[in-house]
Amino acid sequence: MEQTVTVFSGFSAQDLLFLGEAALRTLWISLLSIAIGSLLGGIFGWILYETKYWGGILVNPLLDMFRSVPLIVQLVLFYNFAPIVGLNLDAFESGLVVLTMYTAALVANVARGGIESVGRSMRIASRSLGMSYWQDMRYVVFPIGTRAIFPSWVGVALGVMKDSALVSVLGYVELVKASQVLITRTQEPLLIILVVGAFYFVLSYPVSRYSAKLERRWSQ
Amino acid sequence: MIKVNGLHKYFDDLHVLRGIDLEVQKGEVLSVIGASGSGKSTLLYCINGIEQIQEGSVYVDDVDVHSKATDLNKLRQRLGMVFQQWNSFPHLTALENVALAPQIVRGLTKAEAKDIAIKQLEHVGLGDKFDVYPNALSGGQQQRLAIARALAMDPQYMLFDEATSALDPELVGEVLDTMRVLAEEGMTMICVTHEMGFARDVSDRVAYFHEGVVEEIGSPDQIFVDPESEHTKKFLAKVR
Repeated sequence: MEQTVTVFSGFSAQDLLFLGEAALRTLWISLLSIAIGSLLGGIFGWILYETKYWGGILVNPLLDMFRSVPLIVQLVLFYNFAPIVGLNLDAFESGLVVLTMYTAALVANVARGGIESVGRSMRIASRSLGMSYWQDMRYVVFPIGTRAIFPSWVGVALGVMKDSALVSVLGYVELVKASQVLITRTQEPLLIILVVGAFYFVLSYPVSRYSAKLERRWSQ
Repeated sequence: MIKVNGLHKYFDDLHVLRGIDLEVQKGEVLSVIGASGSGKSTLLYCINGIEQIQEGSVYVDDVDVHSKATDLNKLRQRLGMVFQQWNSFPHLTALENVALAPQIVRGLTKAEAKDIAIKQLEHVGLGDKFDVYPNALSGGQQQRLAIARALAMDPQYMLFDEATSALDPELVGEVLDTMRVLAEEGMTMICVTHEMGFARDVSDRVAYFHEGVVEEIGSPDQIFVDPESEHTKKFLAKVR
């Protein structure tokens, strides 16, 4: 009798679940890095705005580095060199660190632009009402600036969500890595890439719809 | 009382104020007129501490504005200021625009701040605009909103920095009327203005600024009818 070993098998419902889990990982690493990165980026942007000198010589070169080196190179370098300085991070943690810094670098200049958009005369007006520097920041600059940069920020966020695909090179099983696994097994690349594309769309579409809605409401 | 003594102000090499001496009594309305660049607006900025000074002193109710020990945020609650650009907070409704500072700066409750905002909006004739966002208001309405916002801090003094200069001509009247009402109520006001009619009718005294000094100061009649200085005469001849 001949025994058959099944090496390849078709795409099944089980695999959809597998991709769904991977999509959640994509969502998770994106959400975390966008959230922390935006916070850091806001702080960097504030430094750039407020301290032209130190911002210029300390923060800018750092941000330039994260902005100009391709993300995939950053990921591989960080993942392989971090252990040398005693940081033993797994694929998720390494990816999170690099994506977060990448987001921060992109958000920093957007945030600086947001603060600048508020204008000196508006800020003098709020200070003349007796607001402190931080009250002016919190109640006037932040809400006005945020509205001004919101479309750019959403662009960065959606970009980071898609760029998180590159963390697959470290072996973190997010959507792209999961698709590679499935393609190898099923030999149905077209179908699987389509499904993965659909997942990304499902993740991004609500964000862009919701942001469009917010923009409409703010412009009233 | 606002008391300015020997005030000098430089912007880098530019000597903008060259020794200003001025006193404004409680309840007085002082109009400051003069050509652009004569230092009128800068004086207001020095009075509420937004600009540093290089020499001299400014006292508001015996508080030295430019002393390091002075809490400027506290002092500014006493000095309402209205600007050429009205600077309404675009993300807040008219009511919220006025209620914000009383709530966060004066520490009033939300309800108290709202009551004050309602009162001040009605005061400036915006009683029907509580929930309207600034971009749906005309320039004149936004400027009145700015006046209400300043009044909500319960200031002892109001500083007007060319409050009508950025307005379309047909909107100037409503803002001047609001300022007139304030003057009649006894508010102490310093009005930097190009509105000679207003300066003449409403002020107790008028100061003419020329190249960073008070060239001439006196009653409206004295300045407009019988000015002594040649500079004043020339200026008035030009703006008439």
